[in-house]
Amino acid sequence: MAIRLLINLARFVVTYLAATVLVFLFMRTIPGDPAQIALGVNATPELLAQTRAEFGTDRPLIVQYFDWAFGLPFGDFGISYVTRQDISPLVLDRVQVSLILVVLAMIVALLIAIPFGTYAAVKHRNPSGIVISGISQLGVAVPNFLAGILLVVVFAVGLGWFPANGWTPPGEDFGDFLSRVFLPVLALASVQGAILTRYVRSAVMEVMSEDYLRTARAKGLGKLEALVKHGLRNASIPVLTVTSVQLAALIIGAVVIERVFVIPGLGSMLLDAVGNRDLLTVQSVVMVLVAITLIINLVVDVLYTVLDPRIRKKA
Amino acid sequence: MRLSKNYGRAAVVLLAGSLSLTACSAGSGGSTADGAAENTAVTVALTGEPVNLDFTTTAGAAIPQALMSNVYEGLVEIDQEGEIQPLLAESWELSEDRKTYTFKLREGATFSNGEAFTAEDVKFSIERVQSDAWVSSLKAKMDVVDSVEVVSDTEVAVTLKQPSNAWLFDMGTLVGAMFDPSGVDDLANTAIGTGPYAIEAWNRGQSIELAARDDYWGEKPGVETASLRYFADAVATTNALQSGDVDVVYNMQAPELLSSFEGDDKFQVLEGTSNGEIVLSMNNNEAPFDDVRVRQAVMHAIDRQAVVDTAWNGYGTVVGGPVPPTDPYYEDLNDVYPYDPAKAKELLKEAGAENLNITFTVPTRPYATAVSEIVVSQLAEVGINAKIESSEFPAVWLDEVFTKQDYQMSVVLAVESRDVLAMFNNPDYYLGYDNSKIKEKAAEADAADEAGYVSGMQDVVRTIVDDAAANVLFIFPNIVVADANVTGIPANSVTEALDLTNIGWK
Repeated sequence: MAIRLLINLARFVVTYLAATVLVFLFMRTIPGDPAQIALGVNATPELLAQTRAEFGTDRPLIVQYFDWAFGLPFGDFGISYVTRQDISPLVLDRVQVSLILVVLAMIVALLIAIPFGTYAAVKHRNPSGIVISGISQLGVAVPNFLAGILLVVVFAVGLGWFPANGWTPPGEDFGDFLSRVFLPVLALASVQGAILTRYVRSAVMEVMSEDYLRTARAKGLGKLEALVKHGLRNASIPVLTVTSVQLAALIIGAVVIERVFVIPGLGSMLLDAVGNRDLLTVQSVVMVLVAITLIINLVVDVLYTVLDPRIRKKA
Repeated sequence: MRLSKNYGRAAVVLLAGSLSLTACSAGSGGSTADGAAENTAVTVALTGEPVNLDFTTTAGAAIPQALMSNVYEGLVEIDQEGEIQPLLAESWELSEDRKTYTFKLREGATFSNGEAFTAEDVKFSIERVQSDAWVSSLKAKMDVVDSVEVVSDTEVAVTLKQPSNAWLFDMGTLVGAMFDPSGVDDLANTAIGTGPYAIEAWNRGQSIELAARDDYWGEKPGVETASLRYFADAVATTNALQSGDVDVVYNMQAPELLSSFEGDDKFQVLEGTSNGEIVLSMNNNEAPFDDVRVRQAVMHAIDRQAVVDTAWNGYGTVVGGPVPPTDPYYEDLNDVYPYDPAKAKELLKEAGAENLNITFTVPTRPYATAVSEIVVSQLAEVGINAKIESSEFPAVWLDEVFTKQDYQMSVVLAVESRDVLAMFNNPDYYLGYDNSKIKEKAAEADAADEAGYVSGMQDVVRTIVDDAAANVLFIFPNIVVADANVTGIPANSVTEALDLTNIGWK
């Protein structure tokens, strides 16, 4: 188990370092000079040179890379070309917003997926089970942003039940927070819930065909009872895998949803920073997203071993 | 197993609870906002958030739009008709030689940090523009100032190197903003001015909250608090207006969304003018547009009214030259190049440029994309085959078109106020116009008296138009959609400032 954890940690560090190199190089290949954009149409050659020196974009690439990459683990992301302020506190602000959104959406998605997926599996020959599986198929095909736009058109503009967009931190006004977070979370969770429903359904169906479940039923347990007592723990492992993968996908989906609902999270920050060629901010936000994804993988791996003793023994 | 069951139950309870809470707050929140807050607060939707609060080092219109007139004030201001009006200066006198302005300052004006506004602050502010503290080439507008002399606490004399009509106007824009020496330490985050509002909160990525100052020297503004909310796209702004989250959508960027507001009693739609010219630029240094006849052919080939009607739903003013109607030397120049495809073909034939193939670099902005389609089809009718190449704005466009001047034709919105000379009196500017014909005339006009300024500048502008230096398709409208009960919205956008002081409720 300890070795397994060490291997995982080593993989984490290597992947993270490789990502810093890739992200850094990629940002340097996209056209556009940050100093030129900061100064706009009123730039003069002297001002441009002065601004490049101030940004440090006139230094050799390797120096720029090490300066940035070695600050990252210590929480020093550098200074934004655009706001001319430390990037880390700004990113930290935005991370909180995005995480609230993503975690709420995942909770709601699981609350949709687990009961409906299980039901669709148990009743997979009944019309009701087929209908649920059909709806989930439809949900998988809907992109997040479309779900978002549709929800805004119906519930905000049409019915006026919720604000169309905007964000209030939960600590400031909890009621307002809930009313503003409801539609974006629903937009993310409905699509995610549909995807997960399908996985839960197939996982449960697989478990239902296992011998030990047949044995349990032979001992007189009902279909559902047998499933709950003996099957769900096993079915949860493939679902956990998918959930972790989908959590990463959800973070990407949130980038778009934040734009639709004008939410000041990492996604909005990333898009603005790309437009302004605020290179250090883009790099840092991407690395935060990479780190979150890697951490999720790490945690899931640990959870596996807790859930399934067989994996623990193998390692 | 039991554990996860409990978690599940807890989550269901939490969700149900939050749903009911949501329903409550959505219901009651709306009514309280209508009843209590409406008369003292206004929320304005804008596009493009300021990246920081310091326009002395950062380009772009977003910062002065939020701060000028509201937080910062100048000695003079530019009113809705484009006229210069007194503000922090009660009055001023101009010397015989037109070089020395003696301003009499308003008494009792204070900065939001409590400091009194005095003649020393005027000297400090003007000299600061000339120093290295300002990193913006707009600072060149202050080059004409020779010296600033403090006559008394309330009197200051500014002596120019040569007479300049442009200078006093510029003092009503952001270069004329008055600062307190102890208030410039952290301009990027803290704005301290003499204006009617102070910044109460700045929620990055979201909004700037302004609160009316109790100790403001002038009349109290119409609302106690004004919130500027920033949106990335136009659909989000109109959604917010329709769901009652914002009261005013200023400078609407999508006229096609207006149909649901026009004719609805709950809303008002205003069309004001702006300083912005939609410029169809032709690289004067590059073939085929280095030939004046080809440029003139483009002028005749394009039906500018049809461009406005098709691309921007008829909103916008067709003027025929690079000067908006609010400038003193404006004149209607539509007759110089009437829409005449036959004449265009003739000119192209004369220039030996029939069946031209050109590249049309279109920045990724809504107005540019909308305009490009119809321009291409009209050019095709006279035998100019334009291939559209999309260019990310601002990053790629600034680099390729503006800096490297590697383009043939482009289209861009030029928003700076009184920018005709900035665009055409500089051969290094991306348009590449040879300014030898206008250089002296422009300098003479600036140094002349007011009447001489107007006629001199008209002469300059006519020369530019005769040379077909660029095709100004239309003056960008300032479209405002608002709750029908909001009053005092400055529909004309004459300088960068969005003056909130007169906004109120019926």
